[in-house]
Amino acid sequence: MLHYIGKRLLHLIPVLLGMTFIVFLIIRAIPGDPAQVILGQQATAEAIAALRNKLGLDNPWYIQYFEYLKGIVTGDLGDSLRTRQPITTEVWPYLAATFELAFFAIFLAVILGVNAGIISAWFQNSWFDYLAMVIALIGVSMPIFWLGLMEQWVFSINLGWLPTSGRENVRDPVTAITHFYLLDTLMQGRFDQFVVVLKHLFLPGIALATIPTAIIARMTRASMLEVMRSDFVRTARAKGQKMYKVVYKHALKNALIPVLTVIGLQTGMLLGGAILTETIFSWPGVGRYIYEAIGFRDYPVIQSGILIVAFLFVMINLIVDILYTVIDSRIKYN
Amino acid sequence: MKGKKYLLALILLLTMTVFLAACNTDDSDSSTPDSGNTDSGTETDNKTTDDTTSSTPQVLVFGRGADSVSLDPGIVTDGESFKVTQNLFETLLNFGEKDTTIHPGLAKEWVVSDDGLTYTFTLQEGVKFHDGTDFNADAVIKNVNRWKGGTEDDFYYFNSMFKAEGADIITDVKADGDYTVIFTLSRPQAPFLKNLAMSPFGIASPTAFEAAGDKFGDNPVGTGPFKFTDWKRNDSITIEKNPDYWQQGLPKLDKVIFRSIPDNSARLNALTAGDIDLADGVNPSDGKTVEGNAELQLIERPSMNIGYLGLTSTRAPFDNKLVRQAVNYAIDKQAIVDAFFEGRAQVAANPMPPSISGYNEAIEPYPYDPEKAKSLLAEAGYDGKEIELWAMPVPRPYMPDGAKVAEVIQKNLEDVGMKSKIVSFEWATYLDKAKNGEADAFMLGWTGDNGDADNFIYTLLDKDNIGSNNYSYYSNDEVHDLLIKAQSETDENVRIDLYKKAQEIIHEDAPWVPLAHSTPLLAAKAGVKGFQPHPTGSDKLDNVSIE
Repeated sequence: MLHYIGKRLLHLIPVLLGMTFIVFLIIRAIPGDPAQVILGQQATAEAIAALRNKLGLDNPWYIQYFEYLKGIVTGDLGDSLRTRQPITTEVWPYLAATFELAFFAIFLAVILGVNAGIISAWFQNSWFDYLAMVIALIGVSMPIFWLGLMEQWVFSINLGWLPTSGRENVRDPVTAITHFYLLDTLMQGRFDQFVVVLKHLFLPGIALATIPTAIIARMTRASMLEVMRSDFVRTARAKGQKMYKVVYKHALKNALIPVLTVIGLQTGMLLGGAILTETIFSWPGVGRYIYEAIGFRDYPVIQSGILIVAFLFVMINLIVDILYTVIDSRIKYN
Repeated sequence: MKGKKYLLALILLLTMTVFLAACNTDDSDSSTPDSGNTDSGTETDNKTTDDTTSSTPQVLVFGRGADSVSLDPGIVTDGESFKVTQNLFETLLNFGEKDTTIHPGLAKEWVVSDDGLTYTFTLQEGVKFHDGTDFNADAVIKNVNRWKGGTEDDFYYFNSMFKAEGADIITDVKADGDYTVIFTLSRPQAPFLKNLAMSPFGIASPTAFEAAGDKFGDNPVGTGPFKFTDWKRNDSITIEKNPDYWQQGLPKLDKVIFRSIPDNSARLNALTAGDIDLADGVNPSDGKTVEGNAELQLIERPSMNIGYLGLTSTRAPFDNKLVRQAVNYAIDKQAIVDAFFEGRAQVAANPMPPSISGYNEAIEPYPYDPEKAKSLLAEAGYDGKEIELWAMPVPRPYMPDGAKVAEVIQKNLEDVGMKSKIVSFEWATYLDKAKNGEADAFMLGWTGDNGDADNFIYTLLDKDNIGSNNYSYYSNDEVHDLLIKAQSETDENVRIDLYKKAQEIIHEDAPWVPLAHSTPLLAAKAGVKGFQPHPTGSDKLDNVSIE
């Protein structure tokens, strides 16, 4: 197993190297000059030239690329052109914010999606099945922007249950230690703040969880239906096993492999693709960090941001592959 | 049956989750009594807390569209950064509360020599920076030398305002005693005092910027009514009352928190829900909603902007003056203002708003006259070639919805026989390509920096600024001579005449279709008092209080 993980990690190197190269080229292919964007609409040509020189943007692209690679190897992702801060220190709070939200969303999605899928399969063609699958269809096609604003309108403005946006009550801010606010508040014994932070997670969490929930529900249903038609389930039922035991103990375990794959993929997507949710709920996450960097042509941030997200994506896939062996002992990687 | 029980349990669980979320009715805005940050006094919409208002700190949460880039006012160029630094730093001179007239600031008096080359400022005494450093002539000199010593990419605004042909306009700055500073200029500069009042020239603590170097923007120290407390990037910036502020009784607030909420609708939702107290950037279409809500107030920012359709005068068919004039006649500007600015804008006649000194009232906007446009096009020999019409991809105060306005313009042009294709690019690309003269007709706009005519007409339409802000590539030597002359003219009346003349020529040459001077909207809770939105977009919050 360790051997396998080691091999997979080694495979990561060419993948990430390829990523850096492609991202590097694409970013430079988009029109728009960072020096121009930094200096604003009013800048003169001389000032732009001087800044380009200072930022090393007038070097040939391959020199810029190798400088960038050299930096990565030494753990230096460069400085943001906009804020002039080192990216390695700047990016963590954004990443932590995205992690917290993405894991909350995927947690919601798994609980709701897997259960809805199971029940739908269990009571195939019942009203619940139809309803759940219709909701899942709507969920997949719902525009996040619209959903987000509707959530705010219903749950914040009309019902007053949940805050509209942000991660915390800014009037009583959380003192960041790890930048995972749920954890930070617990570490400081601030349970009142813990509740506040949890409440801030709900609306963006639901918005972000909508699509994965729908996909997971549909995948679980399909997978469960298949397994429940198999012989061992029929045998278990014939032996008079209680239905929930058959479903949750025997069938689910066997149906879980494709579901797990979907969960892994969706988690990866959430980490990088939460931009719309982060915008509508002003969540200071890595999606918005990269998105704003694009507007500013902040090359180092775009490159590093995408690289980090790609790295996480690959790592999650690795974890999913390892989990397969835990769930199904027949799967071996040797 | 078992299955049904399971289903029931699941529904119950879901209901409980929602209930739990709901039952904690003290909304997230309340805080624990021991946190030292209790601020339920700001909960003006909650009548039960009214009696505690007087004893609890006054905290204002200001919702805006984006985060600051840096809090060192000297190095930044974006309005969002200045919104915060305006309250941390003070300038030698101040703008008026609602306009750009000049008033005392850290300098209480000033004398200008007859030749316009020497400015002597008498400084306020007894003022201290937030770090305890004394404010005096020496501090002013150190600030000016810091700006002068940097390049354009370090101190962009200083170089833009106080340099001409690469040479400093401020040749010398020296002290005469502790509280008198003398500036010597290489040539007279008419808007000199207005320039000094701009946010980028906030006076910073020399001790702090010498110690912090590049990091000064993360730990800004000025003399302003508020001190910097905390910055969570892309999220919030907190500033708190400067207890030693030199102006008695100010500021009224104990703390201001600037929150970035990028989406305009989400920001208004946050205000309506009580999560923030003041919201910048309200869509014109939401104005009525705010007015209809008794718990909110709508605030209009005095207009100091122009939204326009630029016609690149180096590209066919707009290299022909008659075609440009025809387009001016063809577009129904009033209809655009009524439909997309909800009437909260004024149809523009000139490249600058009427509030700016030197505005030519005698010039009327080109009337909407499709017939006249058609005849002009025929006279120009326009061949019916399709043009590209560039639509702004982002909302700006001077152009709330570029895509929709472009559709109206397209229809107007089609009516007079000019076909157009609407195109759009991502914003940075849009600006870059337009700057390179790649657009036929493009939408753009401008918000003034210092309320001077030079900052509009010279910046946007002089031939010196082709490849910079003169996106329409308009070049007229006569206009150029007038504008250059006006820059160093110290007699205000002569200046006004020069600008009026320049506007006449520009009106005739028609490099743009001036569309509108909009009134940007803000909204606040009803209890927010004393907020005075400034036309420059940088608001001072020292007089704001919450009832």
